[in-house]
Amino acid sequence: MEQIIFYILAFIMVFFAIASVSSRKILRAVVYLLFVLIGIAGFYFLIDYNYLAAIQLTVYAGGIIVLFIFSVLLIHHIDAEIEVATLARRILVGLASLIGAGLTLSVIWAHPFVVAENSTKPTEVREIGLGMLSYGEGGYILPFEVISILLLAAMIGAIIVAKGTRLTLKD
Amino acid sequence: MIPGVSIYEILTVTTLLFFIGIYGFVTRKNLISILLSVELMLNAVAVNFVVINKYLYPDMLQGVYFSVFIIAVAAAETALAISIIINLYRLATSVEVKATETMKY
Repeated sequence: MEQIIFYILAFIMVFFAIASVSSRKILRAVVYLLFVLIGIAGFYFLIDYNYLAAIQLTVYAGGIIVLFIFSVLLIHHIDAEIEVATLARRILVGLASLIGAGLTLSVIWAHPFVVAENSTKPTEVREIGLGMLSYGEGGYILPFEVISILLLAAMIGAIIVAKGTRLTLKD
Repeated sequence: MIPGVSIYEILTVTTLLFFIGIYGFVTRKNLISILLSVELMLNAVAVNFVVINKYLYPDMLQGVYFSVFIIAVAAAETALAISIIINLYRLATSVEVKATETMKY
C-alpha cells in the first residue's frame, strides 16, 4: 500500500517539476510548483514525520506560494508568455543535467547504504522541540536563535527594500 | 521507513528533482522562474536530509532539524528575493535577467 502511494507521489512530483520548469505561462509554473511541494509534504507524512509535513504545508504551500502568486499578479499579465532560452541552449542544458543526474545516480546506486532495521518508532513533536531547545551535547539552541534573528532581519530588510525610494526621499 | 521502498528509490526521485531544478535555473530568463527552480532544489535537499536520517539513523533527529532550518532559510530568502524583484520592476519595468544590468546606480 505504502509502496503504491510512494510511486504515485514520485510520479506526480517529477512530472509537475518538469512541467514547472518548462511551462511558458508563469502562473501555471507556480501552481505546478505548488503540486510538487504538496507531494513532498505527502512524502513526509509517508515517512512518518508529521511535524515536518505540517511545516511544509504551512510555510511552503501556505506562505511561499502565496507570495509567489502575489508577486506574479503584481508584475505580469496573467496570460503573458515568458521568454525562454533558444532550443539549442535548452537541449545543451538538458543533456548536461541528464549527465549530471546519471553521474550522481550511479554513485548513489553503487554505494552500499547500511539501512537500520526496526526503525518504526514514531517521532513525537515533543522530542523535536526538546532537542531544538537543549543546550547540552547535540542541542540546537544556537542555530535556533540565529535563525530567529535571521527571520527578523529578513522581514525588516524585505520591508525596507520593497518600499523603495519613497523611504529615502522623505528623509 | 516506508515498507517496501528502499532508500535508493527515494534518493533517485530527489536527485531527479534536483537536476530538474538545475535545468530550470540555467534555461529560464525570468527572475521569478529562476526563484521557482531554486525552491525545487532546496526541497530536494531537505528531503534528502530527512530520508538519510530516517533510513540510516532512525534514533536521531539531526536531519529533521536541518530540514527545519533549510525551510526557514528558504522562507527568508524568498521574501527578500521577491521584495528585490518588485523593487527592480519599479526601476526597470521588467523582471528579465538581462534587465538587471542597470540595477547598480
